[in-house]
Amino acid sequence: MKRIITMTVNNRPGVLNRITGLFTKRHYNIESITVGHTETEGVSRMTFVVNVEDERIAEQITKQLNKQIDVLKVTDITDQAIVARELALIKVAVSPAMRNEVYTLIEPFRASIVDVSRESLVVQVTGESDKVEALIDLLRPYGIKEIARTGTTAFTRGSQKSAAANKTAFII
Amino acid sequence: MTTKMKVEEKRLQKTKISGASMLVEALKAEKVEVIFGYPGGAVLPIYDKLYDSGVFHVLTRHEQGAIHAAEGYARISGKPGVVIATSGPGATNIVTGLTDALIDSIPLVVFTGQVATHVIGSDAFQEADVVGITMPITKHNYQVRDINELPRIIKEAFHIATTGRPGPVLIDIPKDITTLEAEFDYEQEVKLPGYQPTIRPNHLQIRKLVEAVSQAKKPVILAGAGVLHANAADELKQYAEQQNIPVVHTLLGLGGFPADHPLFLGMAGMHGTYTANMALYECDLLINIGARFDDRVTGNLKYFAPKATVAHIDIDPAEIGKNVPTQIPVVGDAKEALKELIHQEGKPGDTAAWHEQLRKWKQEYPLMYKNDANTIKPQKLIELIYELTGGEAIVTTDVGQHQMWTAQYYKFTKPHRWVTSGGLGTMGFGLPAAIGAQLAEPKATVVSIVGDAGFQMTLQELSVIHELNLPIKIVIVNNQSLGMVRQWQEIFYEKRYSHSLIPNQPDFVKLAEAYKIKGFRAKNEEEAVRVLKEAFSTNEPVLLDFHVTADENVYPMVAPGKGLHEMVGVKL
Ligand SMILES: Cc1ncc(C[n+]2csc(CCOP(=O)(O)OP(=O)(O)O)c2C)c(N)n1
Repeated sequence: MKRIITMTVNNRPGVLNRITGLFTKRHYNIESITVGHTETEGVSRMTFVVNVEDERIAEQITKQLNKQIDVLKVTDITDQAIVARELALIKVAVSPAMRNEVYTLIEPFRASIVDVSRESLVVQVTGESDKVEALIDLLRPYGIKEIARTGTTAFTRGSQKSAAANKTAFII
Repeated sequence: MTTKMKVEEKRLQKTKISGASMLVEALKAEKVEVIFGYPGGAVLPIYDKLYDSGVFHVLTRHEQGAIHAAEGYARISGKPGVVIATSGPGATNIVTGLTDALIDSIPLVVFTGQVATHVIGSDAFQEADVVGITMPITKHNYQVRDINELPRIIKEAFHIATTGRPGPVLIDIPKDITTLEAEFDYEQEVKLPGYQPTIRPNHLQIRKLVEAVSQAKKPVILAGAGVLHANAADELKQYAEQQNIPVVHTLLGLGGFPADHPLFLGMAGMHGTYTANMALYECDLLINIGARFDDRVTGNLKYFAPKATVAHIDIDPAEIGKNVPTQIPVVGDAKEALKELIHQEGKPGDTAAWHEQLRKWKQEYPLMYKNDANTIKPQKLIELIYELTGGEAIVTTDVGQHQMWTAQYYKFTKPHRWVTSGGLGTMGFGLPAAIGAQLAEPKATVVSIVGDAGFQMTLQELSVIHELNLPIKIVIVNNQSLGMVRQWQEIFYEKRYSHSLIPNQPDFVKLAEAYKIKGFRAKNEEEAVRVLKEAFSTNEPVLLDFHVTADENVYPMVAPGKGLHEMVGVKL
């Protein structure tokens, strides 16, 4: 099962190495990882998407991360109401004749074209991973030349009352 | 003087000192009694400051010796062991010891030299990525990048090493940092928002445990080294007696509960007693106190405590539920938790039948071996040492068969007398660990029981034993083989003794003499008694080479992959 874990860490040299090293040592699989500054100076936020066998391992991961001195807070937010986003750049082989078709196709995804050349287009899309995935699937028949994905970054919503409702409405 | 004036005076007193001086001053402030180390280029400025600092430094003959000695010191004194090694090879030589200390929760503060800041990353002479190498094998590590941070880092290192679940902390210091100067402020408070170990247990969980005990018909306590780290041996005894709960120890926990106590069932696990293992198999309530459910203790998890409600008291929350599903998690210090449990004065359940069952097992399946006075049975050898030291000695071991026999036959009745490498099983640990143990308690009788193979991994430390005239009794259980490996090959590999027999061992007595240490040899029980008596009557180091029965095996045994109830070799 997929779990989304967010944490805040001291922005010290080697901290990313510490965390990824822990994943290697404990045999946890990282699907994606994002890192960036937070509103507090010296503190970074990391978001991991991990694939684990069961709840027990998910719990072990947060506990082991928590033991790291430079880790300030760890939360497995998978089951909470969250805002999760990733950005993808998709270079598609599209001849000028096909451009309009692609424009229409990407519109419901609120994706945009950020680069155009004679043989290709670069589509930029943001959203939850499933949405990104869905768009990639739709574009695949045209011939995808390159994909760059940032991985998911996420945090919890301000209001937590109806987590289930929030979960289903992922395409926004 | 007003406080304001005092503060002002202090500020004025502050003069700039070098990084090397800071290190020395910090050691003094931490009241470090002894450090173990080995010099080299990158730490020369530090060694220059040590020269007339009054800090007691032991020059071991290998960095591995230094770190194992520091572990032995920490284990016995309860204080952090301190180590200094130079950059590159000096630092890589301590990797085994760091790993050993991490897995066995031993507090260490380790300083390594590093090449100068401006050449880091250029593959300079004796450069190694020590922070990278040691990240997964330390509780925490640092590289000093700014001289102004050094006092804070050292202070944090001592704090982290010794609090919560203890462990090794490493500080990598580039050479230029040791000569740069800054103000030394060591009075500062440690501020680590990401590190707040839970000491006091949750009241609700304690109540749950009290309730579970009152319901239990077959309770058992599994006590690990967490009891020793928390200095909770008295509380453990008091609690077990109050609730009439039998106690089983892990290898590392030995001494936490007196071995001669009627409630003691022995050591659990691969070479544990029948009663201890069956108690873990049959119990309906298992109370783990400061043990981490290591696979050598649990055997096949499928058959581990299958009928029990599991309670687990541990200062490290990550240990709870890691290997064994746990219904009553108690995060906190073992001493605090036990005090709280004693205070609750819960009503024990009806356990009469259980105690009767345990008594029968104990009687029917004690540890046993067949003695033969014409040779030296290794088990007999340990019993002799136990008798001659009145069970009071500090005992260190190496790793292998002799280690298991010592755990089985030396009946520890007191805490902090037992030093062994449990989690990592590090050959070469026993001899240097004895050096640290003896320095921690100069007046104690220290016996280092080692195998003929493991001894040769760190025997160069005989130099230190002679130099400091440490009255350690070195007992070589000489079976002319890598005994434990030989045993497994006998049992699991059709007696194909691939690279485990070493009949051409050196003359250990002559070897001792070369190091100016008295050496004796014994080949039968009578000789063994004689040389042991002689050794224990002198206040000098002695090396004893005992030629024991070479093909003796350690029993009982739970084969790998088997459940604890599937022990073999329980009867002669
Ligand atoms: C550094 C290291 N290398 C290898 C091993 C694997 N090993 C475990 S016990 C053992 C044999 C030890 O032989 P000896 O020191 O003579 O002790 P004995 O088992 O004979 O008592 C070996 C090789 C180990 N534990 N540590």
